[in-house]
Amino acid sequence: MLILQSLSKTYKTGDTALSEVSLTVPKGQIMGLIGPSGAGKSTLIRCINRLVEPTGGQVLLNDVDLVGLGKRELRQQRRRIGMIFQEYALVERLTVMENVLSGRLGYVPFWRSYLRRFPAEDITRAYALLDRVGLLQHADKRADALSGGQRQRVGIARALAQDPELLLVDEPTASLDPKTSRQIMRLLIEICAERGLPAIVNIHDVPLAQQFMQRIVGLRAGRVVFDGSPDLLTQDALTTIYGEEDWNAMRKGDEEQTAAEADARDRISALAR
Amino acid sequence: MSAPYPTRWTRPPQIIKDRRWRIAVQVGIVIYLVLAMGTVEVNWTRVYEGLERGQRFVMGFLQPDFASRWRDISNGLVESLTMTLTSTVVGVAISVPIGIGAARNIAPVWIYRICRSIIAVSRALQEIIIAIFLVAMFGFGPFAGFLTLSFATIGFIAKLLADDIEEIEEAQAEAIRSTGASWWQVVNYAVQPQVMPRLIGLSLYRLDINFRESAVIGIVGAGGIGATLNTAISRYEYDSAGAILLIIIGIVMVAEYSSSYLRKFLQ
Repeated sequence: MLILQSLSKTYKTGDTALSEVSLTVPKGQIMGLIGPSGAGKSTLIRCINRLVEPTGGQVLLNDVDLVGLGKRELRQQRRRIGMIFQEYALVERLTVMENVLSGRLGYVPFWRSYLRRFPAEDITRAYALLDRVGLLQHADKRADALSGGQRQRVGIARALAQDPELLLVDEPTASLDPKTSRQIMRLLIEICAERGLPAIVNIHDVPLAQQFMQRIVGLRAGRVVFDGSPDLLTQDALTTIYGEEDWNAMRKGDEEQTAAEADARDRISALAR
Repeated sequence: MSAPYPTRWTRPPQIIKDRRWRIAVQVGIVIYLVLAMGTVEVNWTRVYEGLERGQRFVMGFLQPDFASRWRDISNGLVESLTMTLTSTVVGVAISVPIGIGAARNIAPVWIYRICRSIIAVSRALQEIIIAIFLVAMFGFGPFAGFLTLSFATIGFIAKLLADDIEEIEEAQAEAIRSTGASWWQVVNYAVQPQVMPRLIGLSLYRLDINFRESAVIGIVGAGGIGATLNTAISRYEYDSAGAILLIIIGIVMVAEYSSSYLRKFLQ
């Protein structure tokens, strides 16, 4: 269980990214975080594993307060939080296997990771995870040889290799086409259900959020302005989150646009071949 | 039908906005150039004599004499190549920690400052100046040359490595950090893979440069093929000097092509 208590972040520039955000994410819940660009979604999830230092409040992960931990304890606590990134953030020149094994870095001493001599159970686990995400035969390929969807699967496997108690997911589908996006979301949901993992998913795409999330939190200018099940996300609710807009027309327009973009991408890549 | 929009467009001045200043600066530059040219004294008889000497030099080139001084040449070459290789290896080995320390995004401020100062000192002192100084300290010979080139390599590799590390994709480092990895593990897993091909490329490039420099610093007494070349020229043995220059050009070209081939292979 994750509890955020009046979490705040003010950047050095004086911009307030988060003000007094309090949330509770119980075990096994998948929470979607929506909101306009600059609302603080990214800051929020980065404050949880302290890739961004919060300026106030508490982050309690299964009763351990992550704010104010020393360097060493912080590293140990970070092992419990898996993170999945927007542009996959794989180390492109390492192999798929190395990327997955890098999820174990917090558990092994430097010499083992340097010599790539990971313990047998870590290696078995990595293979099992690659099998789970359907990439077993790609283990020894370099990460940059994979397609976008495949890379995000590696990202998921890396996060799971940590054996986490919480998943932070930052725009997992922002650089994927609509179909792959749905496959990736489905995979994430299944995996969270299998392990009873709570997850916070930053997501731009409102229809996608409504389709897959159990709970949706809307952030606007660093404040929670909506918190409820996806069915409650009405036109009015969207307007409080994003501001005035014709949402139904936009949804339709969005679909058309993504389809057109995907089409154009296919044609360009066909030309490039 | 007349268009409501203008038909003429000129690019607005970007740097100096004021037209009068622009003209003043341009006129000023021309006046300075003319005056400066006027102060250069050209002694045409000396130019003529120089041309004659140059001609002999060219003749030496056309009939290079590899044989009569071959022992000196081969000794100088071996010395130079040894100096080049050892100084590059030692220089790169020292550069890597300094380069990592000089990267603002992964090093603490005080280490960053120290490493940047080392780089600044190494880059501020030109090879020949260091060579003269070290030859005075350790005497003539390749040891002074080895030290000179190692020192110069540090400034070159460490700076470019540090700049490269500062431009890595931060997301990859962030991802590794978020797994609970230690600083060393972040360097090993997120930074090294991103900068390694370039580091190898730079080292090969530096190997090139060090060989060329070894010929230059030999002239001030730091041993190697440069010393042999210097001796040949002061003895007016232009045919031997021509042979030495041809060998240097040949080796530089081989090094250039093989290193660029290797770099392409590494990408």
